[in-house]
Amino acid sequence: MRGATHAKWAVCAVAVALAATACGGGGGSGGSGGDGSGVVRSSWGDPQNPLEPANTNEVQGGKVMDMLFRGLKRYNSKTGAAEDMLADKIETTDSINFKITVKDGWTFSNGEKVTAQSFVDAWNYGANLKNNQKNAYFFGQIDGYDKVHPDSGTPSATNLSGLKVTGPLTFSVKLNQKFSLWPDTLGYAAFAPLPKAFFDNHSAWVSKPIGNGPYTIDNYTKGSQMSLRKWDAYPGTDKAQNGGVDLKVYTDNNTAYTDLTAGNLDLVDDVPASQLKNVNADLSGRYINTPAGIIQTLAFPFYDPAWNKADSDKVRKGLSMAINRKQITETIFQKTRTPATDWTSPVLGKDGGFQDGLCGDSCDYNPTEAKKLVQEGGGIPGGQVKIGYNADTGSHKEWVDAVCNSINNALGNDKACVGLPTGTFADFRNKITQKKMTGPFRAGWQMDYPLIQNFLQPLYYTNASSNDGKWSNKEFDKLVDQANAESDRAKAVKIFQQAEGVVRDNMAAIPLWYQNGSAGYSDKVSNVALNPFSVPVYNEIKVK
Amino acid sequence: MGRYVIRRLLQMIPVFFGATLLIFLMVNVMGDPIAGLCGDKQCDPATAAQLEKEFGLDKPVWQQYLTYMGNVFTGDFGTAFNGQKVTELMAAAFPVTIRLTIVAILFEIVIGISLGVVTGLRRGRPIDTTVLLLTLVVISVPTFVTGLLLQLLLGVEWGIIKPAVSTEATFSELIVPGLVLASVSLAYVTRLTRTSIAENRRADYVRTAIAKGLPRRRVIVRHLLRNSLIPVVTFIGTDVGALMGGAIVTERIFNIHGVGYQLYQGIVRQNTQTVVGFVTVLVLVFLAANLIVDLLYAVLDPRIRYA
Repeated sequence: MRGATHAKWAVCAVAVALAATACGGGGGSGGSGGDGSGVVRSSWGDPQNPLEPANTNEVQGGKVMDMLFRGLKRYNSKTGAAEDMLADKIETTDSINFKITVKDGWTFSNGEKVTAQSFVDAWNYGANLKNNQKNAYFFGQIDGYDKVHPDSGTPSATNLSGLKVTGPLTFSVKLNQKFSLWPDTLGYAAFAPLPKAFFDNHSAWVSKPIGNGPYTIDNYTKGSQMSLRKWDAYPGTDKAQNGGVDLKVYTDNNTAYTDLTAGNLDLVDDVPASQLKNVNADLSGRYINTPAGIIQTLAFPFYDPAWNKADSDKVRKGLSMAINRKQITETIFQKTRTPATDWTSPVLGKDGGFQDGLCGDSCDYNPTEAKKLVQEGGGIPGGQVKIGYNADTGSHKEWVDAVCNSINNALGNDKACVGLPTGTFADFRNKITQKKMTGPFRAGWQMDYPLIQNFLQPLYYTNASSNDGKWSNKEFDKLVDQANAESDRAKAVKIFQQAEGVVRDNMAAIPLWYQNGSAGYSDKVSNVALNPFSVPVYNEIKVK
Repeated sequence: MGRYVIRRLLQMIPVFFGATLLIFLMVNVMGDPIAGLCGDKQCDPATAAQLEKEFGLDKPVWQQYLTYMGNVFTGDFGTAFNGQKVTELMAAAFPVTIRLTIVAILFEIVIGISLGVVTGLRRGRPIDTTVLLLTLVVISVPTFVTGLLLQLLLGVEWGIIKPAVSTEATFSELIVPGLVLASVSLAYVTRLTRTSIAENRRADYVRTAIAKGLPRRRVIVRHLLRNSLIPVVTFIGTDVGALMGGAIVTERIFNIHGVGYQLYQGIVRQNTQTVVGFVTVLVLVFLAANLIVDLLYAVLDPRIRYA
């Protein structure tokens, strides 16, 4: 009897398992033969915030925004250049007042026309403090922002005074300071238009968002899957070249990768670091590793007097020279990072302000010079560098240890540098905002829009939103103001580069490396690419 | 019996409050959740303050705890950061994990106890040694190794199963993950049963039963097994709670969107409401399972009486 139970159970288990695979096999991509009706099955992570354009500030929600919305501008998926999408004209004479004309013939997928009002309503909603939108600060340049989004207390106005609808398809924007490159920021998701349905029945909209992009949401089970389907009546030129995209939430990117190699998934846009060694063998070349608009730096606590002495810049430069970037990016990151030679990103391109080698000698590995500079600068404050990082995500420990190792070797001192982990990301952020850092700490920056301004102003301008080290420099501030006021694009970029020179001369932060986007895909899909934000260009993927 | 149950239920109250308070404090120690919510960028102070107010994080911890517990008794477990009700998350996650736990427990009961009886009756024979060795291997290999190995072999190399469980997470999809989840406990159940059976086999009542001329099967099932099951039932009972809460590793490997996954997300995102809500329910499951185990003692061994 005992033996029988055992055997019977085993047979049952195998039978059911086999039956399950039989039913489960071949699901997913419906159409075939390359008629454009096939569905792409892609990995996804659970978005952190409710899916609203002005509330989505991370990659996972951003993917959906990119498929669901089209704004006034759109960043070219290859070059990153801001190109007109819904904008017919954006005119200005003084870099403060802008007249915007929206193209005719665009609708939301529920049939509602996209008008100037759709934009103005959406922007007013996004800026209003009462709506808790995490991207509200994007509207900070528009006149009247301080009324709808005061630093403390309740808003005294509900609408931005700088926004005026002047016709069905035209509206005007008044900024609170000169910002010539402002139109180029309008490709960011926060500036997307919203249909009336958003305001009429907000909870219904959030559970199944309606937009004006090439896809519509067919089905959304929060936390597990979103099925997007091609919107046949999409008026734009960048129509979807597949039948739709199924975004599947994975608990772990390793599982997603395993599913890709087993043929149950078509696209993984986050290849786990542990699999990078096998990726070429597993996917026979169907692997993308391209630069993205992300740079990793080490910031310094300038509020700590020990790090802000007259000669401290020598110590910072010395430390920078003590880091063997090439070796670390090759061994630890398997070349998915590129050693940084400036404070922006290669995705900006030469015209956009990226300048290869701007950092100069200070970013080259040079142990002897490093040792000399640190000594000239009065040595390391407290005798030991403690590099702060959060230990819960992104395997930061490995590279921090490597950086420390490199510094220790260069300075010939075993105890010159150690890692200082903080348990959770939230606690790490907490310490930073409360100015509790006592040594350099990890600072990453992912661009919001491909402009050199975005790599400098939020990070190094006095009291800027992401100036975590609280660095302050009058000359830098002056140059940034000057660049923003400059109406000639090329000249503005030049002045921004001068400002970047100030960052370099003071070594306000040590640039480490540019981060690449990495993705792997199955043999069922083609034409897969990552845009400069390291998000897959879903609408261009073709299913075989 | 009735009075015993009531007394046990009353004892649960302080345990319940103590456990939730501890979790509440622990989650709060991890730092400001709003700071993590805005990603690498700093939240603008006004929005951060507004969010804190909305989630009640601007109040002192004891007040947060009281408000929270007050809401819990009205069935309101709060809202997760992504705007979903925690009860909604529970409704999605618990059925999946319960199914997974049922599969795992079934494996433990059917395979674990059968193997335990077989080896207990044949102590020292080759089958006993083999099973002992096997259970030793299972106990010493970490779950994630077993999980990843089975996933790779069955899912990728041989294509018998899908490496990732779908959203529906049906029973048939959960067989392999359930086995992985059960593996270590299964080995313990086998060993516990084996020892218990081997010990009781020499007991007087078994000898009496055999001497009475009862059929071997009846002796084993009605007399020997029933008395030997007490430690095993205790173990399986407490294991119900452990399996539900401890499925994080298995759920991650097989892409199961259950309790473990939601807890992990809650912790990574510092979402007090999610973490405390799920743990509260898990504490209740633990307590209920323990009560049931104690009541089962009486069923298994009438000698144990409750005042």
